[in-house]
Parts: sequence; structure tokens; C-alpha cells
Amino acid sequence: MSGKFSQTADKIDVRYVAHLARLHLTDDEASRFQGQLEQILGYVKELSTLNVDGVEPTAHAMPVNNVFRKDEAKPCMDREKALANAPKERHGQFVVPKIVE
Amino acid sequence: MSPRPKVQSMPDLHKQTIHEAAELLAQGKCSSEELVRDLLASIEAIDPKVQAYLTVDAESALAQAREADRNRKGLAGNPLFGVPLAIKDVLNVEGQPCTCGSKILQGYTSPYDATAIAKLRARGAIFLGRVNMDEFAMGSSTENSAYKVTRNPWKLDHVPGGSSGGSAAAVAADMAIAALGTDTGGSIRQPASFCGCVGLKPTYGRVSRFGLTAYASSLDQVGPITKDVRDAAILLGAMAGRDPMDSTTVDVPVPDYTAALQTDLKGMRLGLPKEYFVKGMDGDVEKTVRAAVDHCRGLGAEIVDVSLPNTPYAIATYYVIATAEASANLARFDGVRYGARVDGEDPIDMYGRTRAAGFGTEVKRRIILGTYVLSSGYYDAYYLRAQKVRTLIRNDFQAAFKTCDAILTPVSPTAAYPIGKNADDPLQMYLGDIFTVTANLAGICGISVPCGFTGGRLPIGLQVLGPAFGEEKILRVAHAYEQSTEWRKAKPEL
Repeated sequence: MSGKFSQTADKIDVRYVAHLARLHLTDDEASRFQGQLEQILGYVKELSTLNVDGVEPTAHAMPVNNVFRKDEAKPCMDREKALANAPKERHGQFVVPKIVE
Repeated sequence: MSPRPKVQSMPDLHKQTIHEAAELLAQGKCSSEELVRDLLASIEAIDPKVQAYLTVDAESALAQAREADRNRKGLAGNPLFGVPLAIKDVLNVEGQPCTCGSKILQGYTSPYDATAIAKLRARGAIFLGRVNMDEFAMGSSTENSAYKVTRNPWKLDHVPGGSSGGSAAAVAADMAIAALGTDTGGSIRQPASFCGCVGLKPTYGRVSRFGLTAYASSLDQVGPITKDVRDAAILLGAMAGRDPMDSTTVDVPVPDYTAALQTDLKGMRLGLPKEYFVKGMDGDVEKTVRAAVDHCRGLGAEIVDVSLPNTPYAIATYYVIATAEASANLARFDGVRYGARVDGEDPIDMYGRTRAAGFGTEVKRRIILGTYVLSSGYYDAYYLRAQKVRTLIRNDFQAAFKTCDAILTPVSPTAAYPIGKNADDPLQMYLGDIFTVTANLAGICGISVPCGFTGGRLPIGLQVLGPAFGEEKILRVAHAYEQSTEWRKAKPEL
């Protein structure tokens, strides 16, 4: 199972992408991922050798469209249960750091 | 030698299949409580070596068992009544932990049942405990669990496969009657083959994903890992069907899958794709799978050549689509509503710190890859292109199923490998998924059934792929093969 690794993979700025993903990385992780992801992207680049002109993309293997339910009120999980796993809660609500000064 | 008192003991209850246990229960030869106690003893004796379970809910399992024993009228025609199951730690069972193998969900308690669980609960099944997995189902060896390394019962220094490695190891080692796993790119079929069990990935939309913590929503399916094909049919039938809570479930009638379990293959055409017998695959695996194909011919099947020409692109397609979906799905782990939180200067900083501390290496790697292929400037080149290649792969199968009823392939290019072998080479690990990811991309069903051993006494699996909602066909093939061979009787020495 040897993969061919193209040398023309796009450059990935691991730090920037990690920021987009809201993920802090250590220096060690960033440099390790840099090499590994470039290798993976080089492999993935093989997809560009296929002709996909006029091919429709598949988002779901089993196309089911416009699934509606009746618009009626139903009981949902009660507040206590929904908050039971919260790292911080007060007065029946999730507590988060201040967003606006 | 002092004479030992002779005790007329019951059959080894932990070694039973679902249908065997159901028969013992129905005939009053054992109680559900005895069954659960026997499994608990088996777990206590064996799991220190295998490390399949993350948590065992003994108290609740015994309470459920006693309840089943009191209410024996539920037994009639219901093989799951009073039967204990092991559940992959990614499916919500109310009141039990659901860590997904991740530190970020340490201490989480499920507030509700997944639909698949609720359906099994309604039939009286017992939820014995939570079994190990690769973190958020990302991996092929269960080495990516944040909690422990599960071992292959056949060779303890080898991996059990993944990501449902705990499920397969627990079933293979007779620490569960049967188990549930999930399969996004092979995570049921490959560990089943590595551990010598049966593993079935249903058609996309056959079983509800509600209450399954999502990895890649367009690929994930819940399915059984069992000791034989009949048990897989029983569990599939109990879980399948349209669910208002999962809009991707399809309203196709659920047949009695056990009615499809014949013992010959007369009149069946089975396809053999040349793209699944490739250079670099293990010699024992190829030889064994080809012998299984010959065996199917002997059972009356006609073997025909088929071609799935886009197979070489499946791994690249899969790792673009799966990681893209994962990057969106795992955004919910931000330290606000559940799981761990690491405080920060502002919310953005809190998210970044929480996720840095909570996620393991493979999850971080896949989130970054998935974020990248969806990011501005790269979306068309990677994600959209992968979705188009997915169409080609799907078309390959649709064309092939015009000339055959089911397709025979190996499950994996190799048998189980030593723990640590691929630990820091993610691409090499990904390439091992080549024969399984295609079924998820195409949305079709597949089953892995034991078909022999390597020279080193590691199990090998035969994969039977069927068209969408063709579960009866693959169950028939797997059952006929299984019942005319002896592989299912082999057990690891522990």
C-alpha cells in the first residue's frame, strides 16, 4: 500500500488554521503537524488527477430531501438535566467569560 | 491428589451468543441475573489483560437483570430480553458516562438514550458497560483512546483494530454477549476482522444516529459486533428503522433479518473486484480471502469479476470529507455546555485552551486538516472535489451491483499489527482503511465475517458488501459461509 506523494501540495499554515479551529497548539505540536499534514495533503492532491467535469457532488449517500415534521410543541429536556454537565452554571444558566467590556 | 467436589455447572454463560442465551433464558435454564454475574466474573478475570472496558455498570446491570427475571413474559419471541450488551463509549445511554474516549468528556453523564439504545432497552436488553475506542472514533487501532490501550485477545501485544476496538475485544474475549460499535470508515468491520468477530455496518439511513456523538455525519452508522451472523441479524432488526429524531433515516420497511439466513448460495452472483486485491497486501490475507471466495463458489454462488475503478482515490476522498465534517461537529466541544473547561482571558481564549487540553493528537490533527480543506481558497480544490469523487465511487458500486448481488473483498490489507507500529505515521495508518471506507462513501452496507488465520494465528475477515438496503443479501452470504466453516468456534486463549 505505497502512496505516491506529490511534492506540489499546497502550503498549510498550521498556526493560522488552528486559530480558525479555536485550538491552541504547542510549538512541538505545530512543527510535528506541519510535516504530517503536508505529507497527507500531498497524498490527497492525487484527487486533482481525476477528471470531475460535470460530476455532481455527493453530500449524502442517501439523498433524502425536505424532511418535515408536524409543527407542534413537544416536551424537551428539562433545564436541570440540560445543565447537569455544565462546567459552570448559575441561576439555571451556563456561565461564560465576559464578552463585551 | 485430593478429590475435587463435582459441581454440576451451567454451560459457560459468558460464552453464549444472543440466540443461545435467549434459549437458555426461555427454557428457564438460567436467569438473566446469572448471565450478568457470569459476565461480570469474566470481565474481572480477563479484562485486566485485555483492557476493553472503560466502565462497567455492575449495579445497574444487575438491577436490570433482576427486573427482567421478574417480568418473564417479555421473553416470548424476543431474543434480546435480559441479555447484556457492551456499548461503544460514543453512544448515549441515560445515566451512564459517554467519554468518546476523550478527556474533554471526562465526567460527562448522558442525560438521554440514543435511539438505537432506546429501541434495545424497549426489548429488554441490558447495558453492561462502556467499551474503549479511538478518541471520537478517529483511528483504526484504539491506540488513540485518552484512557487506555486495548489489546487484541488473540495476541495481547497487538492492536484490536479500531475505532470500535473495545467492542470487538470484549466480544472476542467472551466479556460481552454482543456489542454495539459505530462505523464511519470501517470502525466496525475492521476491528471485528482483527478480533475474529462478526461486524455489520448498515446502509446509511438504516439505523438512527440520534444520540451517537457525531464524527462525520454523512458517513457514520451504528451497528452490531457479535459472535455470529445470526446475532448481527437480531441486533440490526431491533435497531433499524425511521426515526423522527434523525432526518437522514430512510422510511424503508424493516424485514425479519433472521429469515434471510439460509445455508446455501444457490442462484447468487458474487462480484470480485480486482481493485481490492492489490500489491502490498499481506500474503496470508490474500490467500485466505481467495480461499473463502472459492468456498462461496462451492456453496452454489456464481463468482463474477467486477470493477470499482475509483477505489485508489477512496482514502484521499474519505480523509477530506470525514475531517471536514469532524471539524464542524467537534466545534461543539468548547467548554460551555458540557465537558472540561480551561478558563481563559476571553471566550475565544477559553475555547482554544479548553480544546488544547481536552483533545488528543489525532483529533487535533484531523480538526486542522478538516478546517483547512473547508477554508477559503481551498474549499473547491479539496472539499468540493472530494464530494465529486465520492459520486464517482458511488457510481462504481451502482454499476457493479447491476451485475452481482453482493461483492466479496478482504476487510483490511493486513491482520492486526503490533501496538505502536503506526503510532506516529498517520498516513500509513489511514492507508489501512482502503477496503472499508468505500462502503461509507457510497452509503452501502457491509459485513465482516471470520474466514481464517494468518500463520501467526491472527484472525482474518472476509468482507461482503451489498447494495443500499441489501442487508438481507450480505447476511445470507455471511451466514452460509459461517455455518459451513468452523472459524466461529475458534477462541483466543486467555
